[in-house]
Amino acid sequence: MNVFATLLRRDLAALLPGSARGNSLLPLLFFLAVAMLYPFAVGPEPQLLAATGGGVIWVAALLAAILPLDRLLAPDVESGFFDQWALRGIAEEVVVAVRLLAHWLSFGPFIIIAAFPASALVGIDGATLHVVLLGLLAGTPGLAAIGIIIASVTVGLRGGGAALSGLLMIPLAVPLLIFGAGSLSTGGESGLALTGAISLALVAIAPFAGGAAIRAAREG
Amino acid sequence: MMEPCRLAASELACRRGDRVLFSSLSLTLEAGDALQVTGANGTGKSSLIRILAGLMRAFAGAVERTGSTAIVDERLALDEHLPLGRALAFWQKLDGCTTPDAALATLQLDSLLEVPVRFLSTGQRKRAALARLLNGGRRIWLLDEPLNGLDDQARSAVEALLALHCGGGGIALVASHQPIALPGEQSLHLPDFAG
Repeated sequence: MNVFATLLRRDLAALLPGSARGNSLLPLLFFLAVAMLYPFAVGPEPQLLAATGGGVIWVAALLAAILPLDRLLAPDVESGFFDQWALRGIAEEVVVAVRLLAHWLSFGPFIIIAAFPASALVGIDGATLHVVLLGLLAGTPGLAAIGIIIASVTVGLRGGGAALSGLLMIPLAVPLLIFGAGSLSTGGESGLALTGAISLALVAIAPFAGGAAIRAAREG
Repeated sequence: MMEPCRLAASELACRRGDRVLFSSLSLTLEAGDALQVTGANGTGKSSLIRILAGLMRAFAGAVERTGSTAIVDERLALDEHLPLGRALAFWQKLDGCTTPDAALATLQLDSLLEVPVRFLSTGQRKRAALARLLNGGRRIWLLDEPLNGLDDQARSAVEALLALHCGGGGIALVASHQPIALPGEQSLHLPDFAG
């Protein structure tokens, strides 16, 4: 428990917006910027905006989740943190699970809060906003889990890792998008439930996939 | 009561890419032993240390390690943007170390605690890594070039620490291309096992 708390405190200090490593506000601003640009691009037609706005918020959330990927795990592998943890008997799975929690905390809740101004910008309200918020709550843990898996798989790559991880993340996030954003058009709970189910499965897999990937990178 | 410690390797071989760096390497270190591994750059000193630490798989052979192990290599594992004191405190918490001051004084780091790690010089970074080593209270020390960048005073401090560690029943394996005074003065010339 003590190990868990110590790791989480360090991760949050590094990842939370406004933290020492900086840059962490950028995904949030990026998210808002996409929502702000969208009405300029498609025009101010209220019906069109209201019909498509929820989907844009979802795409913006996905893109915002990609931004921090290249510094999620790679710096700690390069500077030897994972070696030191391994020698202390702290499993990579534990470190990755804690990092997953910290990664989600550093963008998930903020994206959900930022979805309020973003939905005002794209002109959705009421019931649709409700579905968007619930969908993001169900979907962002899954986005964080995909991000962690990709960050751990691309850990050994020198340079170019950032663009590649973004490229890898998009197809893997398609199921979440289909059910998450799809629940907007059906307005049903089944889409939200499926989004949550995919998220849970991804969160359960991520620590093991990530741990194995980091160990494999060390052997090389 | 000290936990017992032992480090043994039998018939180790290490391959990097197409090259076999060393083979048929066997060694046994009992409590209190120290060993210097010598050899030019690229002969596999760092690989040997990583294999002995269990961080890398040997191409052949087996490693038998009893006792808690610590490694110090060129990778600092301290948060670059944090002041040294707080970067070290992270590991002190994980290691459950409650008396970090002694190590800091021995390595003359007390005046640097407020300095961000990224501003430290090579020698100061090495001393910071050694401070973590001391606070960890591990039985088996695997040190990769611990004298790099150290001045004469720090060098003799490291030699004194190694003597103290081995005197207390610990094991030290030091890879270094420069002479270092170790208790027992055992050494292993890695190129002898080449290919």
